[in-house]
Amino acid sequence: MPLIQMRDIFKTYHLGEVDVPVLKGVSLQIEPGELVALMGVSGSGKSTLMNILGCLDHPSSGEYWLDGQEVSGLSSDQRANLRNRKLGFVFQNFNLLPRTSALDNVAMPLTYSAQHLSERQARQRAADMLKRVGLDDRMHHEPSQLSGGQQQRVAIARALINSPPLLFADEPTGNLDSRTSQEVLEMFTQLNRQDGLTIILVTHDPHVAQHAQRIIRIHDGVIVAPGSAPASSLSFSGRSQIAASETPGSNQGQTDHAASGGQP
Amino acid sequence: MKSYRTTVTALKALRRNPMRALLTTLGIVIGVAAVIAMMEIGTGSSSAVQKSLSTMGTNVFLIFPGTAASGGVSFGVGSGTTLTPEDCDAILRECPAVRNATPVVRARTQVVYGNRNWVPSQMLGVTPAFLDVRSWEPLEEGVPFSDRDVQNANKVCLLGKTLVRELFEGQSPLGKEIRVKNVTFRVVGVLKAKGANMMGSDQDDILIAPWTTIKYRVTGSSMSSTNQSSSSGASSSVNTLSNLYPSGQPSLYPEISSVQAANSPMHIRFSNVDQIIVAAQNGSSIDAAIKQVTQLLRERHKLGPQDPEDFNIRNMTELANMLSSTTKLMTNLLLCVAMISLLVGGVGIMNIMLVSVTERTREIGLRMAVGARASDILRQFLVESVVLCLVGGSVGILLGHGGSRLVEMFLRWPVETSPAAIIAAVVVSASVGMIFGFYPAWKASRLDPIEALRYE
Repeated sequence: MPLIQMRDIFKTYHLGEVDVPVLKGVSLQIEPGELVALMGVSGSGKSTLMNILGCLDHPSSGEYWLDGQEVSGLSSDQRANLRNRKLGFVFQNFNLLPRTSALDNVAMPLTYSAQHLSERQARQRAADMLKRVGLDDRMHHEPSQLSGGQQQRVAIARALINSPPLLFADEPTGNLDSRTSQEVLEMFTQLNRQDGLTIILVTHDPHVAQHAQRIIRIHDGVIVAPGSAPASSLSFSGRSQIAASETPGSNQGQTDHAASGGQP
Repeated sequence: MKSYRTTVTALKALRRNPMRALLTTLGIVIGVAAVIAMMEIGTGSSSAVQKSLSTMGTNVFLIFPGTAASGGVSFGVGSGTTLTPEDCDAILRECPAVRNATPVVRARTQVVYGNRNWVPSQMLGVTPAFLDVRSWEPLEEGVPFSDRDVQNANKVCLLGKTLVRELFEGQSPLGKEIRVKNVTFRVVGVLKAKGANMMGSDQDDILIAPWTTIKYRVTGSSMSSTNQSSSSGASSSVNTLSNLYPSGQPSLYPEISSVQAANSPMHIRFSNVDQIIVAAQNGSSIDAAIKQVTQLLRERHKLGPQDPEDFNIRNMTELANMLSSTTKLMTNLLLCVAMISLLVGGVGIMNIMLVSVTERTREIGLRMAVGARASDILRQFLVESVVLCLVGGSVGILLGHGGSRLVEMFLRWPVETSPAAIIAAVVVSASVGMIFGFYPAWKASRLDPIEALRYE
């Protein structure tokens, strides 16, 4: 059973009198344990798709099955619950609580779930999670005392604290230098390989996307290249300037993996 | 568990910005402190009024004789000779709502001891019941005179503290003899200090003796010297009754001249008193007691249904009510001002919480992204403002209490801790937090997580 299955997702924003269609029939499927990159230029509908995938928003029409559950019609409270249990988020600007220790930052999502855990257990779990991302010596540091890479690792630990099956990373390396970017990306691959975590990397950087097993390209509200092989994405990265204007035809033969990845 | 976590989260959020939390809550602190101080000073002064009222005797009313008039000249209230000690006895005997009563005979004359002298502002002839009626028991030293002393017109007296100070200069007056208008009195007891009454006159400047002694040995006559108003208002020659008790006559039963007997066809009162003080059983039985006394005195004085009363009853509780309602009014007025400052404090909280919501938009978005529901966000911000208000309230209670203690210490104002005010302050500050924190919290909970996460 696929972890994510989208069928004919449309999203239209109503700006006053004008209807702005952003997603025009997106269909895609992601299996458990995949590391997928979602690519697209700004304005392509990438963020909107990401928001819908992350259950932050609901589509105007279409079906979205997450872990066997139809989620497109859920109320905002139900979606919040779903986000808490099934999804982890890592953001470009880390979004850590200022003047709050790494440990408390990581334990924060437990406030809204895990009622069975005592304060001590919650802290223990957060400490374990920090150890997993290699920050067990920085537990009581505040974000301002951590480097960018460390901050992003704290954010990853926070995303993983509820052991979700799916992790969203929205431009996770956008604010990092190339070396720490590499570290963070290696952590993603490691999490993907060792723990079987499904990860969706949202990015416009082909260097980041090359770590993925499969690249989903979105252009103008439709998916243009549901590719798969990392090798092919490597070859795209060589000419990253034109990667955005890639046509579906140029990577024929790699669409087999995303069988349901549809063109309207 | 959930509310505990939310509270901890709110506290952590507040701790991230302690200076701002402090300044925000300052409005509430000042408001609550003002309320508490006002309440404590207000209840203190109103209970001080109550106390000074009760020094005049609790649940007490006074009976004055009616107005005497002669030849179209009125002598004013209390100039009549209509009240007798027998009236007092009858009141005690027949009015169930009355706890105690005493006749009062007044005199004003010089008191001499050794080479010192003094004119006490009050020289009262009473029965031993007076001490109960005026709540003046027990004595500071000595013993009160007895009913036998009253019967025999014994020359004994009790002195107030002021008089003791003026005459004895710190010595104990017990057993000493003082002279009052050339009559020697033995001092049997000293009254406890009562201080000034509501009108500001010194209640300790007093000499108390059996009324018979004052009446027959000191004043000697009923009208001319005991009742200042009548003696000054009209010449004694006008008042035929002024010869009833010839001046200086020590006899208990003055002889009646034949002329007088012929002039007075009615029953001759052997003695009249200036006033009767009556104490009711309790506060609520005052009205009943007044009714019973009025009825009894009308009967005893043989007044027909149409006749005007020949006595006046003055109810002290009216004065008490008036005074305490005045202090209550002042307290409420100040309380209103204090409440307004509490309101301003609440607006301050709302303002800062709104700023805080805007400032922490990203945090709210993040919390929503990791699974906080709108109600969780609402609760967190509401708890933050309520915590601010409650902390402010507690500090305000301490400050207000300390402030009123300082007032008590330096200005010597009477102050009374009021638990009701403390409870009210806590409730009010919590509800101020709720009311003024609700809008910002609601605004926070309405945020769209996508917009909030993208907010710069």
